Amino acid sequence: MRPQDILLPVAAGLCCKPGGFHIDPVRPVERAVITHGHSDHARAGHGAVLATQETLDMMRLRYGDNFAGSTQAVRYGEEVRLGDIKVKFHPAGHVLGSAQIAVSCKDLCIVASGDYKDARDPTCTPFELVACDVFITEATFGLPVFRHGDAADEVKKLLASVALFPERAHLVGAYSLGKAQRVIALLREAGYDAPIYLHGAMEKITRYYESRGIALGELRPVRGMKKAELAGTITLAPPTATSDIWTRRFPDPVTAFASGWMRVRARARQRGVELPLVISDHADWDGLTATIGATGAGEVWVTHGQEDALVHWCKSKGLAARPLDLVGYGDEEETEVVLDGEEGEA
Amino acid sequence: MNRFAELLDRLAYEPGRNNKLKLLTAYLRDTEDPARGYALAALTGALSFKHAKPGLIRDLIMERTDPVLFGYSYDYVGDLSETVALMWPKVALVGHNNPPPPTLTEVVTRLRTLGKTELPAQLARWLDELDETGRWALLKLVTGAMRIGISARLAKTAAAALGEKDPHDIELMWPGLAPPYLDLFAWLEGRAEKPVNRDPAPFRPVMLAHAIEDADFAALDPADFIAEWKWDGIRVQAVSGRDERGHLQARLYSRSGEDITKSFPDLLPSLHLPGAIDGELLVLRDGRVQTFNVLQQRLNRKVVSPKLMKDYPIHLRAYDMLGDDENDLRELPFEERRTHLEAFIRKLADPRIDLSPTVPFADWPALTAARADPAGAGAGLDAEAVEGVMLKRRDAPYLPGRPKGQWWKWKRDPHIIDAVLMYAQRGHGKRSSYYSDYTFGVWTNGGAGDELVPVGKAYFGFTDEELLQIDRFVRRNTTEKFGPVRHVVHEPDQGLVLEVAFEGLARSPRHKSGVAMRFPRINRLRWDKPPREADRLETLERMLKSVTAN
Ligand SMILES: [Zn+2]
Repeated sequence: MRPQDILLPVAAGLCCKPGGFHIDPVRPVERAVITHGHSDHARAGHGAVLATQETLDMMRLRYGDNFAGSTQAVRYGEEVRLGDIKVKFHPAGHVLGSAQIAVSCKDLCIVASGDYKDARDPTCTPFELVACDVFITEATFGLPVFRHGDAADEVKKLLASVALFPERAHLVGAYSLGKAQRVIALLREAGYDAPIYLHGAMEKITRYYESRGIALGELRPVRGMKKAELAGTITLAPPTATSDIWTRRFPDPVTAFASGWMRVRARARQRGVELPLVISDHADWDGLTATIGATGAGEVWVTHGQEDALVHWCKSKGLAARPLDLVGYGDEEETEVVLDGEEGEA
Repeated sequence: MNRFAELLDRLAYEPGRNNKLKLLTAYLRDTEDPARGYALAALTGALSFKHAKPGLIRDLIMERTDPVLFGYSYDYVGDLSETVALMWPKVALVGHNNPPPPTLTEVVTRLRTLGKTELPAQLARWLDELDETGRWALLKLVTGAMRIGISARLAKTAAAALGEKDPHDIELMWPGLAPPYLDLFAWLEGRAEKPVNRDPAPFRPVMLAHAIEDADFAALDPADFIAEWKWDGIRVQAVSGRDERGHLQARLYSRSGEDITKSFPDLLPSLHLPGAIDGELLVLRDGRVQTFNVLQQRLNRKVVSPKLMKDYPIHLRAYDMLGDDENDLRELPFEERRTHLEAFIRKLADPRIDLSPTVPFADWPALTAARADPAGAGAGLDAEAVEGVMLKRRDAPYLPGRPKGQWWKWKRDPHIIDAVLMYAQRGHGKRSSYYSDYTFGVWTNGGAGDELVPVGKAYFGFTDEELLQIDRFVRRNTTEKFGPVRHVVHEPDQGLVLEVAFEGLARSPRHKSGVAMRFPRINRLRWDKPPREADRLETLERMLKSVTAN
């Protein structure tokens, strides 16, 4: 059996014909296997959904109880048979509950890694390396200019700024699912124990993280706070909110943005960011290339991001590689939409 | 280097002036000598060493990375220094502890003495030792491309804030100071006396004029003013003073305080009496003032050959006097300074330095007539080099900057403005390899302070040689690239001022500025003029009113 007989890119996403399922489908399908809770990977309206408990919970939080016909929770390391196919979930280190999905048929193993990172993150299970024949990798930061460094240093930068500008508020744009909680956890690790304020759109998911045993210290909704009270504080908000009239409630806010994109100045300037924090949920260039090498895969399929550069690198290392040209993924933090009314929710 | 790099990094993103000041002051307070002094020097453009060419940086990265990946990366990032800083490969030195990254002091002192052939290897070593931000700052420093929206003035103001001093005091003593400014910081921190400006021939901040409009005349009394020709040359300050040993030192400064003495050695012997003269640099042949285009041959020259000096004899036409030997004259009324000047020029008795004549007038119509016909009103054969008249209040002290109501300039041609180059685009046909289409702008209040608003585009009027100069300027001063368009640095203190001539002006709702120029062309390059002194949109709007009123 050839790899493409097991997994094939189609319009709805990666399709596994012999197993009768799609991975992270972008259109409603009968049976979906979902890597993680980000909205471009986990969509509503499928017949049956197989995912980790956390991913299912996040989908429920976002879409309501009827987001799928039926659901099945699976643990890391647990194997599920679907037709002739064996499916096994492994931690991807991307966000809470994120998984790589190892799809095996006879002695051929393909790993669809979804979004992943090999960097430390106190809010989720660390990335696990899975040996395979074909490795399917993202390429969000698939250029050698993307090297993300230690996130703890970026948090130090934020705290130094808070110390230097005690009369200003610090507004940190961070993707609501995963990034925000990681930034909070890193702030706590750095010894910051003051209350951290949250934009309304972040409360639910952050409380969910806490309910899964992730300690985040004292969190307060920013809603209802007086402007002067916010001097010297840190507030987390979805990236789109930080360039909004919403920011007028803050005293002379320093606009920070926690994202791997902040590595490139033009990107930061374009968004009017004053304090770029290079903190990423995705593997950087060194992470991508190291992981690809370590899987032992002889063939690499590259999904969303900077496919060209990563495919070129694979080929230069003697690996068979090709872009999958899947559409509908990526740039999640650039496009996160804050829904009307989320601000006012309890 | 890392701390300095962090500062630059943060400053590059911070839009607010006060916040920039706060960042700078905090850095200067928390950083030890001499590093902070070298940082101040870097920010004020006071460091001198041979800059590394982009080609050298490109070679270094090509030796270390896959050219295809470099291509993709450079394309994505759009800035060579930044691309190299980000993708420079990490080196792990086996069996060694990694050496500590270089300090700013090491970098600056080493660059001063480094031979050209040693530069690539040294640069590579530093790049190995620094992190991303450090590499970026280093490359900006060594390529001389530190454009982060910080003016020298702002950096000095931040230093002054260390000791709650007046930035003007620093400005005055600045020519006598040298990096790493240990004496300056000692004074600012209350550990030592104020450094005396030991420069025997210091620069004094210049006084500037406002452009006069028709409506202004009604409020002005002709009897309060002295008129002079406005010469189409280069404004300079010629200063001569005695050093500690009593030797006379002479210097020539541009209006922004840049020491341009080396470009005009032929004028120095004429500055043989101690004093500070404000005047216009001109080329005179057979006693006749030559046009600006002739004078231009003497500008921006690295080497001044005897032939150049013979063919383009330099001359100083004096119109004000700021100091007479030890005496500071700046507090005196203009009329009295002028008397001092006349006596000084007589005593000097030097053919290369003469007095700019006054233009006698009884009332405004008489001055209008003189301005329209300088040849008939006393300028004689020099009339071609007259670009208008200057009006100076008899009682005006010499005040730095552009004080209101003291000095007025009244240019002959109303259809000329000084604009700032904002964007450049490649030309077509034989010019396709040059940036020859220029978008220029003037200042306006954009709500959050002054900003430049584009008012027109020009692609001719300049000579081939000027085209090469602008092209070079564009390539060296690109801040961003959008397809074929390059954003060229246009900050108050950084950028290129273009004198733009045009045939007419019309209202245009299609343009952001609200005005459209007919037939704009580059009349002249004003390398001597800082962008902050370019014209304002209000000037164009007033021109528009007077055009429509006619
Ligand atoms: Zn994701």
